[in-house]
Amino acid sequence: MSDETPQTDDAQGDDSQGDIKRHVHIDPYEKNWIRISIGFLVFFVIMITIAGLALGIQVPTDEGRVDPNTLDSEPPWSEPGLREIVPGEEYEVYVVARRFSFDPREITVPVGAKVTFWATSADVQHGFALEGTNVNMMVIPGQVSKLAATFDEPGEYNFICHEYCGLGHAVMYGTLTVEK
Amino acid sequence: MIEDRTTKSVRELTSSEKWFVGWHVIFAVAALSIGIQYGPMQALEHAGLDLYPKLSFLASSYYQGLTLHGVLNALIWTTFFITGFLTLAVIRGLERPLRYPWLNRIGFWMMVVGLVTAAIPILAGKATVLYTFYPPMQASAWFYIGLVLVVVGSWIEGYGMYFTFYAWRKENPGVTSPFVVFASLVTMVMWQIATLGIAAEILAIILPSIFGWTSGTDPQLSRTLFWYTGHPLVYFWVLPAYLSWYAMLPKQTGGKMFSDSLARLSFWLFLILSVPLGFHHQFADPGVPAAWKFIHAMLTFMVAFPSMMTLFTVVASLEYGAKKRGGKGLIGWIRALPWSNPSVLWQLLAGLLFIFGGIGGIVNASYNVNLALHNTAWIPGHFHLTVASAATMTFVGISFWMVPYLTGKPLWKPKLAVIGGWTYFTGMLIFSNAMHVVGLLGAPRRTPLGLAPYIPEEWAGHLWRIGFGGTVMWIGLMIFIVVVAVTALQRKRLPENELVEVPLAESLQDLRNTPRWLDRWRPWLIASVVIIILSYGPQLYEQITQVQLTSPGFTP
Repeated sequence: MSDETPQTDDAQGDDSQGDIKRHVHIDPYEKNWIRISIGFLVFFVIMITIAGLALGIQVPTDEGRVDPNTLDSEPPWSEPGLREIVPGEEYEVYVVARRFSFDPREITVPVGAKVTFWATSADVQHGFALEGTNVNMMVIPGQVSKLAATFDEPGEYNFICHEYCGLGHAVMYGTLTVEK
Repeated sequence: MIEDRTTKSVRELTSSEKWFVGWHVIFAVAALSIGIQYGPMQALEHAGLDLYPKLSFLASSYYQGLTLHGVLNALIWTTFFITGFLTLAVIRGLERPLRYPWLNRIGFWMMVVGLVTAAIPILAGKATVLYTFYPPMQASAWFYIGLVLVVVGSWIEGYGMYFTFYAWRKENPGVTSPFVVFASLVTMVMWQIATLGIAAEILAIILPSIFGWTSGTDPQLSRTLFWYTGHPLVYFWVLPAYLSWYAMLPKQTGGKMFSDSLARLSFWLFLILSVPLGFHHQFADPGVPAAWKFIHAMLTFMVAFPSMMTLFTVVASLEYGAKKRGGKGLIGWIRALPWSNPSVLWQLLAGLLFIFGGIGGIVNASYNVNLALHNTAWIPGHFHLTVASAATMTFVGISFWMVPYLTGKPLWKPKLAVIGGWTYFTGMLIFSNAMHVVGLLGAPRRTPLGLAPYIPEEWAGHLWRIGFGGTVMWIGLMIFIVVVAVTALQRKRLPENELVEVPLAESLQDLRNTPRWLDRWRPWLIASVVIIILSYGPQLYEQITQVQLTSPGFTP
């Protein structure tokens, strides 16, 4: 940077008072830095948009509401668990989070299955994060959360409650098994 | 104006003004000294060393300790320190007393009453809800009432600053406001706009539900209101640090403020962009449409811009000073900075860590990328680089001149204070890096990982680093607490000719060059309100009109 005679740049040269010019002085180095900053931010926005639209990596969205007090009598929440939509290919799981466990706790699907997870809570706020996938969502009483993942590798994947839900929070998890 | 400042004797704070600011610092440091005791307990728990049974007098559970850690450090230490520091900046910057000192006193003591009111239920185990207190998890009503009093007290202190500024404006027509005063006021105004969310959440949803006036809460709407406040809260922590980096650190390093007008412009951008972006904390929420999340992601990117400008201006100011001190070279000038001055050192290290915090923040804001880290240990790893590094380390650095200034006593063992800075910095690097890593591997936040049955053996090394780093950080901050406590309590006084001054940097550019539109409030305030209405209005309208108070409270 040049500290002796800084090159001036009038971003706004309107308001003068006597012989004093009022203006925003921007150093040429700073101008470049501003360009670089904006360039980076625009680049990131483009990447996010591509990931969201072209690759279809989306965050949860508004899926309607439910009364947390009547889950036991309201299908599909009265019967949590796995539903086969297209055998071997497409599945849905309805998960009810309750302090301090998920219902169901164990899920088994075949390899290659696309599984859509629907979840809600019967009491306080919980979380639902499935290891090694982009399925990571809040589970909130009164709301329905939904995200999907496809399982190409056989193995055991834990789903973990990641929101503090009470003194037993640390033991709240379940397991999804992907079978050959 | 600027030229006069060096020749004319300045109006320093009076003894009673110093005491008033000093009480803020006393409560802030007291809160911090309790709050940080839980840090190593949590970190060591992750590493497999469970201290809770042995130290049960400190906390009956991990979560009670975590609630104390979050409330005392992130809410009380910051709010008390910031209101005290900004009060000092306003009085010293304007060189005039507060217009209504009693008003500021009322505000301060309301904060103290609020602190006590909230602390009692937390200590009694009746408010183990963490510092985000998401309904329908429910604490004692006194916890929320206490928090409201702290916030309203800080508002009243802000009003006291506005009246003082207004009086100064009338006495000094046509004079550009001093930067430190301007920055203090922007911070307080932003805070008051931002905390409306949490005030509405507590007063309209949580307390009516606890008192039985409604059948329960709407947890989704509560989260929306909470995060309306929750993210600008971060800027409330960081803006006073920016104030110090922009306008005080250059003086302490022998330089000048690189650009007064760009510094003002970045504060205005923070005023209008800090609030309308809270949905980036709710990317994983079910009840918010994805399109609104995307819009808030974009707005979050926009607020990254003034932070990038800050980085340039601060580094440029430091380079200017270092080169005047004889520093040479493209990078070599860094060595010419006064690293042995504890106040400077803690702030330089704060800025260094904040670069990582800023980069992590852009990652967090990145919409779908957030799925990889939402509510994982990455997040506390990240915000320990913001609130616990950028803000806290800067406040520590400020304390190292402010406590001698307020007390007229010399800083006790400055070399030890420097060692403390490097200690904390090293601990933070180890701790936050390990937290980021286990977060990406899938470790949830807010969880005693030592108890969690799903933690694989392979993470042991990272968890050990969390325990080690957290303990080292604790040592660093304990050094700070001992140094300021001994400084304030010692008998030794500074001789008359060595009294500490408030470091106020001159601007490289003549203040009279600062364009008037950068010193006018109305257009920026209007812009702020308009952007908030555009970014939050439709969703708030929808969530409020469709409110369902169906969630009864639960105790942890």
